[in-house]
Amino acid sequence: MLKMEAVTKTYNHRGPVVTVLSDVSLEIPSGDFVSIVGPSGSGKSTLLLALGGMLSPSSGRILLDGASLYDLEPDQRAALRGEKIGFVFQTFNLVPYLSALENVQVPLFLGGATDKEQKARAASLLESLGLGDRLEHKPSELSVGQQQRVALARMLANDPSVILADEPTGSLDPETSAQVIEFLDETNREGRTVVMVTHDPQVARRAKRVLRLDDGKISHEEQITGFGSVG
Amino acid sequence: MKLTKLVRKELFERKSQVVTGLLAILLGITVIVAIKNIAFYSEKAVAQELDALGANILVLPKSVTLQNYYSADMQGEEFPEEYVERLTQSNLQGVDNLSPKLSLPAEIQGHKFTLTGILPKSEFQAKAVWQMAGVFSRPEGCGTVVSIPGLTPVQPKETLVRTRVVESLNNTEALVGADVAGALGLKAGDGISVTGKTFTVAAVLPQTGTVDDSRIFAHLHTVQQLAGKGRVINVIEIVGCCNQISQGLVPKINGLLPEAKVVTIAQVVDTQIKTNRMMSNLSMVFVAVIVLVGGASIANYMYGNVYERRREIGTLMALGAGSSFVLKMFLLKALLLGLAGGVGGYVLGTILALLLGPKVAGISVLPMPTLVLWAIGISVLIALIASYFPARRAARLDPFATLQEV
Repeated sequence: MLKMEAVTKTYNHRGPVVTVLSDVSLEIPSGDFVSIVGPSGSGKSTLLLALGGMLSPSSGRILLDGASLYDLEPDQRAALRGEKIGFVFQTFNLVPYLSALENVQVPLFLGGATDKEQKARAASLLESLGLGDRLEHKPSELSVGQQQRVALARMLANDPSVILADEPTGSLDPETSAQVIEFLDETNREGRTVVMVTHDPQVARRAKRVLRLDDGKISHEEQITGFGSVG
Repeated sequence: MKLTKLVRKELFERKSQVVTGLLAILLGITVIVAIKNIAFYSEKAVAQELDALGANILVLPKSVTLQNYYSADMQGEEFPEEYVERLTQSNLQGVDNLSPKLSLPAEIQGHKFTLTGILPKSEFQAKAVWQMAGVFSRPEGCGTVVSIPGLTPVQPKETLVRTRVVESLNNTEALVGADVAGALGLKAGDGISVTGKTFTVAAVLPQTGTVDDSRIFAHLHTVQQLAGKGRVINVIEIVGCCNQISQGLVPKINGLLPEAKVVTIAQVVDTQIKTNRMMSNLSMVFVAVIVLVGGASIANYMYGNVYERRREIGTLMALGAGSSFVLKMFLLKALLLGLAGGVGGYVLGTILALLLGPKVAGISVLPMPTLVLWAIGISVLIALIASYFPARRAARLDPFATLQEV
């Protein structure tokens, strides 16, 4: 269960105070699939990264399975993130000097797995995503779609219960985009919670719920029919 | 995947940047290793030259004037042999050898020679109190015989020419100078009668080109009996360590023997001391330069590297890396850079020293393995200190800001 309690985030870099998130309260039950939409600058990515323990709110609390994320020490929070949360980014953010296999090994290594365990798990994930013959390729030697699949494998490496995806289809062609959404769908069906930021309405409607953010506030919430009742 | 593998892969990914960042420290270490290597062998070589020259300090009676260094003991003035005891029982540092002498004029078969009484080293060792407290109980310093490639040690008895001390000499033995041996047709084992006493020639000394060539050396106490003046000597020759001479050995001897005159081959010693000081100062200047330039260069490279990798750092944090992991990652990189700079600088510096040693200092130089630890130590220390602040900046990066740029 992910929960935001009256979260506000403000900045005051060089000028007046800017409120990016304004008194946002939100509950995302385990197994939910939520899309967050809204115009640029509405606070979508801020909300996602705050949920992932990457950005402390100015006020309010964020709870993951009952633990208040920002009351933890930074290194404890990092460890919790590695254990329970899987990130996927629009530009994949693969480490350029590591091979596909090594990129997927990174979260496993950070989680304390042995070299043997890392290799076995990473190879099996990449093979399940159809990249069994690309294990030793560096990101620059892979197509955009293959890079995103490596990023998806990396996201799943530590078997996280929560997946946070920031514009996961933003850089992809329609066909690859559909494959990625299908993959996220599948991970949701396996019981994982998925929170996805997107500006594509078609992609957003693949979720169970769509939240619209405007000026840092949830302005609209819609249940998508066909998924049944939520939480 | 391990931390070292991650760091190593990143280093190899940006080889040209690494080389540029490391260049200053690499060159700095190279020059210092070369200077230290050449300076070490230069000091050894000069120490041997001084050693070969013989005594570099003379203790003479106060009234004697020093006109010829090698014949300073032949002016007929004497002082008590007890002065030797004062020196050997003192806590003087830097006296490697000392030799008291008494000289008498001698005429053999119409040739004029000098009979010189010397005290063999065995006499000093026989007196336990001198061994316990005397100058010979301390480790020998730079004035002693050193092993220099290409030179072979001299035979024991003949070391008198170089060290001014022979190990042993009994009452009936004599060592003869090259001119004496030539004029009288003497060789080792022959008998020779001097001032009414017969000696056996224990060895013929090598040619030195000095007045020593026309000397006959015998045991000091035998010569004292022949002179009939009691326990007196003309001179104490001292082989002093050149560094100690620069640090005031001569005034210290003067303090112990205020009734005597203490002189040194100032010019020879001073020149060497100046050269050594210059080498030492030069290497200190280079240490200062690499600390500044090498450190600044590495810090600059690391700051650039942190900036360039901020998205990667943010991603690693999103994947579970804490700030302590990021700090460790950059400091390990600094450690590897320091190791590379130290080892590379040692290898290049040693090659430079081997090439330049014979040309610049006229000496042959050998690699000095101990310098590798020194080179690595200083290089790693500079790299770690210079990288600490960039590494800390990386560890404190706001992951949100780095990912927002995406």
